[in-house]
Amino acid sequence: MLLKLVPEDTNIPFVNARKMAYVLSTLMIIASIGLYFTKGLNFGIDFKGGFLIEAHTEQAADLAELRSITGNLGLGEVSLQTFGEDNQILIRIEFQEEQSLVEVVDLVQKTLDTEYSDTVSFQRTEAVGPKVSGELIESGVLSVLLAVGAVLFYIWIRFEWQFGLGAVIALVHDVILTIGMFSLTQLEFNLSIIAAILTIVGYSLNDTVVVYDRTRENLRKYRKKEMPDLINLTLNETLARTVMTSVTTLLALMALFYFGGEVIHGFTAAMIWGIFVGTYSSIFIASPALLWFEMRREDSDQSVEGQEVLPPQYR
Amino acid sequence: MLEFPRWKVILIVLTAFLGVLLAVPNFLTDEQIENLPYFMPKSQITLGLDLQGGAHFLLEVDASGVISNMLLDKGQTIRDDLRDENILHRYRVVGENVVFTLTNPQDRETALRIIRLSIVKVGVSLSSIGTDDITIEDGSGAIINVAYTEEAILEKKIQSVQQSIEVLRRRIDGTGTKEPTIQQNGPERILIQLPGIEDTETFKRIFEETAQMNFHLTNLAVSQEDIFRGRTPPRTTIYPSVEKDEAGNPLQQYAIRDEVMVSGEDLTNASFSMDQNNQPAVNITFNAKGGKQFADATRTNIGKPFAIILDGEVISAPRINTAILGGSAIITGSFTVEEANNLAMLLRAGALPAPLDMVEERTVGPDLGADSVEAGKIASILGLAAVMVFIVLCYGFFGIVANVGLTINIFMIFGILSMFGATLTLPGIAGIVLTVGMAVDANVLIFERIREEMRHGKNVLAAIDAGYSRAFGTIIDANVTTLIAALILFQFGSGPVKGFAVTLAAGIFTSVFTAVSLSRLFIVTWARKRRPAKLTL
Repeated sequence: MLLKLVPEDTNIPFVNARKMAYVLSTLMIIASIGLYFTKGLNFGIDFKGGFLIEAHTEQAADLAELRSITGNLGLGEVSLQTFGEDNQILIRIEFQEEQSLVEVVDLVQKTLDTEYSDTVSFQRTEAVGPKVSGELIESGVLSVLLAVGAVLFYIWIRFEWQFGLGAVIALVHDVILTIGMFSLTQLEFNLSIIAAILTIVGYSLNDTVVVYDRTRENLRKYRKKEMPDLINLTLNETLARTVMTSVTTLLALMALFYFGGEVIHGFTAAMIWGIFVGTYSSIFIASPALLWFEMRREDSDQSVEGQEVLPPQYR
Repeated sequence: MLEFPRWKVILIVLTAFLGVLLAVPNFLTDEQIENLPYFMPKSQITLGLDLQGGAHFLLEVDASGVISNMLLDKGQTIRDDLRDENILHRYRVVGENVVFTLTNPQDRETALRIIRLSIVKVGVSLSSIGTDDITIEDGSGAIINVAYTEEAILEKKIQSVQQSIEVLRRRIDGTGTKEPTIQQNGPERILIQLPGIEDTETFKRIFEETAQMNFHLTNLAVSQEDIFRGRTPPRTTIYPSVEKDEAGNPLQQYAIRDEVMVSGEDLTNASFSMDQNNQPAVNITFNAKGGKQFADATRTNIGKPFAIILDGEVISAPRINTAILGGSAIITGSFTVEEANNLAMLLRAGALPAPLDMVEERTVGPDLGADSVEAGKIASILGLAAVMVFIVLCYGFFGIVANVGLTINIFMIFGILSMFGATLTLPGIAGIVLTVGMAVDANVLIFERIREEMRHGKNVLAAIDAGYSRAFGTIIDANVTTLIAALILFQFGSGPVKGFAVTLAAGIFTSVFTAVSLSRLFIVTWARKRRPAKLTL
């Protein structure tokens, strides 16, 4: 073939590097948690409540001038930033008890029309009340927890509890590191990021399950092999697939990141990070994690028939 | 896995064909769709508000006022009855209770008897709620608590939400907005989506306004000719009927006295019923004040018609047959069941029952929507192209087969989305692009497995067979886990996120189908025909 990303018969001792991976992951998790508690997340209005206006100007926006104008609106803290191009701006305003979106938008529009040197037209306006934003946080957190729980259950049923636990450790690892990334970059954390996190959960699991599937197969095939060797063998056997799928998914995501528009930038950024983290964790965390738990191979040998994945006609 | 019975081949090809066919309307103009033969699918994917522009509102019905009015109204009726019997007392509304404090505790027994009678006599304003929904708490001594049960209050809240939805729908339809979505969202919220609407101010007013509905007497002294000429005596106005002919002109005009007979605010309920001749009719109920006014007006105007006017139009002009004293009346006429139901709905829908609080509001300008569609298109095409080239570079002929599957896969996603009339949002487009990346996974699993099996010395056909069968279980496990995440997203997500979950889930089904059935069919058919001795994979 023209292109072969992973040579045949690789024999990379992944498991031997596990101690290093544990240290690296632990450090990154500590850093993520630390960032979360010090820097916090840049919550979007979905989670914080408030007003958001996306506007564009004819010329490049003069943020300093705009800031001084919006600062005098009497609407509390107003944050301004460019969004994608330099004539696209995002205006964020704290939630106002007394004023509706229309009133706030009107006030901002009128003030900018008279005081700002350029024409400003509004593209998108949003207002989320504090009650709704509280509920959105709740349902966001709940959905991530539920997803992790459901997956634990599924893998426990399809495989064995050790696999379920290994997968969940890897998942929690991925979720924490993704939140850490958002805290570090201060990218806006909104509803679509919850969607991204759940997709990362799905993707990382996809990876982990593929490797576990092969691990289980090899456990039956090589009854005498030591666990670390067996995991190494499995990881190498599945390496080509792991890399291929990561690359194709990344290719698609890169297209979205560069051409998909500003609105889904945060979403694709999270996903791209998630692909790296998810791939890393299924190789260096999820699989070596199986070493922590006693695998009762005799037992699993006896129950091979009951655990066979394939329907009989495909065996 | 090399055996394909004929029925299976037909089924696979048919499924793929059907999936693609369902997607076809999305690529046609409206006119072309009109001209399609009747058996062709016609439904298209709806674009979400973020893609076509429009306004999104989440309103919360504040039913607390309704509940306290209900209590106050009840309290007043009971007070009147107690007064008639000369029982001295004070009363006030505390939370969700009406508390009566008797001046003489020895009146207690009599007072309880009167209160019970009073509740039965007036009935409760809600047609579906019986007197059992009021509890009289036997406090001690001089204090008597009257309260609605929790169920009754809940029912009233639900009714308020449903009533608000009816009112809003009527008002929004009146503005000529195309394809509005008005639906209940949770126990006390209403979600409204208005595609293509930018000027939200009109709608905000609509949400806040309480419609004017009143009962008036008609002025019989004005002849039809005067009405036609527009000549009216003082304090009389001409109103059109709500029914219109095909040209949009009112079927009838009425001369109505300006003086309000009973205000619509005092109407507490209207429901479909049957009159004594078993003809469809509408039962209306007033509160204490309205009931009294209605009684006075009807007593002095027997034989004359009165008119129910809503937002400047006459909904109905029934004749007063008898004095109506009980606070509830029945409007008879030559109604069909449908007409009677409709009138009851209109009467109930007359005014917003409770104030609405805006808890979430989003508008997207049509330009931004169009930009997003454009960006989504470019990103999808580029992403797809990059993946396809890469796959061919890695797997050669097999890659081409995978790409054919991938293309059909995308059509099928559009087909499924069209079939369910799903809404495509920008995150939904991201879901499709992501599916493209991940759909390849099933093929990769299979192809890598085939490579492995060949390395282990199997011949071509055996390797293909083993590749497909070994990879099958893995593919199922891997996709079920992603599907779990998609389902949870769908359950808990809102708006655009839901759109993402839908495309992700649809993509999982189609990509498993194309990889496991369709491309396997291609490859097996090819391998059996050519019987290659070596595979370039």
